[in-house]
Amino acid sequence: MTKVTMTVNGKAASGEVEGRTLLVSFLRETLGMTGTHVGCDTSQCGACVVHVDGKAVKSCAMLALEAEGAEVATIEGQAAADGTLNTIQAAFQEHHGLQCGFCTPGMVMSAAALLKDNPKPSEAEIRHYLEGNLCRCTGYHNIVKAIMAASGQDVSAIAAE
Amino acid sequence: MPKDIDAKESGIGAASKRREDIRFLSGTGNYTDDINLNGQAYVHFLRSDVAHGRITSIETAEAAAMPGVLRIFTGADFEGVGSIPCGWQVTDRFGEVMQEPAHPVLAQGKVRHVGDPIAAVVAETAEAARDAAEAIELDIEELPAVVDMKAALAEGAPKVHDDLTSNLCYDWGFVEDNKAAVNAAFEAAAHVTSLELVNNRLVANPMEPRVAVGDFNRATGDSTLYTTSQNPHVIRLLMGAFVLGIPEHKLRVVAPDVGGGFGSKIFHYAEEAFCTFAAKALNRAVKWTSSRSEAFMSDAHGRDHVTKIELALDADNNFTALRTDTLANMGAYLSTFAPSVPTWLHGTLMAGNYKTPLIYVNVKAVFTNTVPVDAYRGAGRPEATFQLERVIDKAALELGVDPIALRRQNFITEFPYATPVAVEYDTGDYVATMDKLEEIADIAGFAARRAESERAGKLRGLGVNCYIEACGIAPSNLVGQLGARAGLYESATVRVNATGGIVVMTGSHSHGQGHETSFPQVIASMIGIDENMVEIEHGDTNNAPMGMGTYGSRSLAVGGSAMVRATEKIIAKAKKIAAHLMEAADADIELKDGQFSVAGTDKSVAWGDVTLAAYVPHNYPLEEIEPGLEETAFYDPSNFTYPSGAYACEVEVDPETGKVSIARFAAADDFGNIVNPMIVDGQVHGGIGQGIGQALLEGCVYDENGQLLSASFMDYAMPRADDVPFYEVDHSCQTPCTHNPLGVKGCGEAGAIGSPPAVVNAVVNALRSAGKDVTHIDMPLSPARVWAAMQG
Ligand code: FES
Ligand code: FES
Repeated sequence: MTKVTMTVNGKAASGEVEGRTLLVSFLRETLGMTGTHVGCDTSQCGACVVHVDGKAVKSCAMLALEAEGAEVATIEGQAAADGTLNTIQAAFQEHHGLQCGFCTPGMVMSAAALLKDNPKPSEAEIRHYLEGNLCRCTGYHNIVKAIMAASGQDVSAIAAE
Repeated sequence: MPKDIDAKESGIGAASKRREDIRFLSGTGNYTDDINLNGQAYVHFLRSDVAHGRITSIETAEAAAMPGVLRIFTGADFEGVGSIPCGWQVTDRFGEVMQEPAHPVLAQGKVRHVGDPIAAVVAETAEAARDAAEAIELDIEELPAVVDMKAALAEGAPKVHDDLTSNLCYDWGFVEDNKAAVNAAFEAAAHVTSLELVNNRLVANPMEPRVAVGDFNRATGDSTLYTTSQNPHVIRLLMGAFVLGIPEHKLRVVAPDVGGGFGSKIFHYAEEAFCTFAAKALNRAVKWTSSRSEAFMSDAHGRDHVTKIELALDADNNFTALRTDTLANMGAYLSTFAPSVPTWLHGTLMAGNYKTPLIYVNVKAVFTNTVPVDAYRGAGRPEATFQLERVIDKAALELGVDPIALRRQNFITEFPYATPVAVEYDTGDYVATMDKLEEIADIAGFAARRAESERAGKLRGLGVNCYIEACGIAPSNLVGQLGARAGLYESATVRVNATGGIVVMTGSHSHGQGHETSFPQVIASMIGIDENMVEIEHGDTNNAPMGMGTYGSRSLAVGGSAMVRATEKIIAKAKKIAAHLMEAADADIELKDGQFSVAGTDKSVAWGDVTLAAYVPHNYPLEEIEPGLEETAFYDPSNFTYPSGAYACEVEVDPETGKVSIARFAAADDFGNIVNPMIVDGQVHGGIGQGIGQALLEGCVYDENGQLLSASFMDYAMPRADDVPFYEVDHSCQTPCTHNPLGVKGCGEAGAIGSPPAVVNAVVNALRSAGKDVTHIDMPLSPARVWAAMQG
């Protein structure tokens, strides 16, 4: 077991991990932060996306030890301290961009990373960017729409919500 | 969506935003894998890596001595334990009941599919359990496997179950008495169109893999199971009564937030029984979390039918008869509802939207060395719709008539309509949904769009189809006759608190459907209070009195109806209290906007005054009614509901590569009355996404030895955001259901039922526009298959 220390949502966090412990297991099991989900074992579903030093990362594809000293942001840290949803979260609710909610943490974290690099992505750019995020519930319609709305684009002309 | 619906701000018909979203969006949901109990141990299952074999030895001593291992269980530990039960017994066309094999929790003697659990290691950590499972020494004498259904039925085929007479589960004919008349109609037909097709095997793949946590309280002797289920009460019944012998009052099943189900989380699985059993044996909580790879080989699969369908028409192109022959894969064991899917959920839908007077359906269900197959979103109805809507398109091609016109000509137009396949449609308007579809899909503009695609070097095709489904499952007395071993009612308890807030405990389960938002809309509308005063509790057998759960688009139609009935009882009692408070007659009390008033006077008392009086009965008719305000109702539907609709897909095909892209997709549905149009749209979107997945991408593939080739997201293509377009959906055509109090029909499965034929019809249409003589391509329409069809 090795000690690992990082910053998670602005707070110092540390714990003892094995060399093989994944970042997602450290978050979920060691820290008890279960907002980040695991939907596959081949790094393809994106349910586990978090930000490490500002970049979207699949936390099932990174060892906890590799995040030593890093700034990690997870879904739990996205809303304001009083619970007010951020722009992306609010757009997901407004446009019904989630159903079962299992893919949602990863979707929100991926969307945040996309909008940071590309503040007004086109529909095609959003769809392409979400290649690594699977959702089985929504058919993606309202996820794409929510991300467009969160970026300040007018989505009223897009088919029903 | 229509303006009048959009305009409503709350209650029935309003697009209320989902309250459950707040926890899901902030990472505070409570999914089963988020539950960790004190002293919890972990289980890892050692699963068969061969499709068929005899276990000659299992050596566990060395593995059991590894660090952290608590105990290793094998089939021998489950000898006195029941078999995983099947909930439906089909009777075949000769009057014999189906062949029903035993399904042990852990393999006994033989393994019958890749993934069949053989041993289970319980250890202090998940890693220790996995490491020890790898150290178990296992000898399996491999036996020849049967994978292909035709081969499984051949004389002398290896038997999946040695104690059964063959691999045939049943040979079902429906309606058997019509067979001769159907055959005669084919003899007399002016034209017969026939088509052979495959309805591809799918894996439901909800994004949350299955999880089970078993717990045992030695002080009380009570067992608790937390599980990823669509119907915790059903699991309590099946596991308690049939497998482990735990009476219902000693067993609690909790299905908390569940990350999607699509049918695959209806069934009772061995892992649930194992965790509950092991928790008692070890006096420790025992947790199992499926990996996605494990899910591919242990979650029940869906579809997997091979069908020949024939349609007879007269000289005026009226449908005169329909005949189908289907082989339906059951896999190695009978999953909970498996036998009902290709029979009662499939044969009864073969009339579709059309007044075909004579129909005969034959289904042979077959055991193979593959994962069990059971309901997946739509369950039987997509298989019925696909073959019917494909054969109609093929008939239109052969006759040189417009496929929409051929459908319109044969539509059922009068309701109620008794089909020749035993169901009676109460309402529908297939002309209206087709009219609406033509409008929203802009069918008239297709030619111009095709010309534009052609200029870009692409082939463009249009595919249209209709669908009908039977939802709101189901009248208990009817399904009892058909072989169901349970009732299919629903229950609800409405508990009104002293200050007027309401908690509803329902047996329906929400795993994405938004019941926590839509159900309160109904109750709030009935009473005239703010919907935020109503809270839904679901997913716990300790709350709702009984429940059959959520599947078959039944939650609002059946569960919602139970809730309405219980609320009606609440209102009736509250009116009596109000009458007492206002010294008026019960019959004169009116309830509107949360105020009880005496007709023709200005006297009124508020909802909160009445609820308070119920719990502080100082001025109260105690001699007439009890204090308190809590009512329970059970609702058993008198018929199925029959949502219907018309779907259109436009595709572009790259003639160089065969790659299909969906250019446009439109759906016009009739769901009867609508409670929350936003949620309904979302259900349709999701269903269409899965239907496009089935049509273009998804296919579960075994090799001839029964090895599962599509065993992860690397090999099983799930639809991604850039595989699909925005969908144009409309549900303004509303013919309310006549037999439930809300007039609702259900919307959960429509998209998955209605969309695959539209896609395939569109691709065939595209290829024919380039002069290719293509009449059918089997799903999934991969570039390789489409390209090959273009060469042929
Ligand atoms: S859990 Fe699926 S990509 Fe990380
Ligand atoms: S909302 Fe269920 S998987 Fe996306």
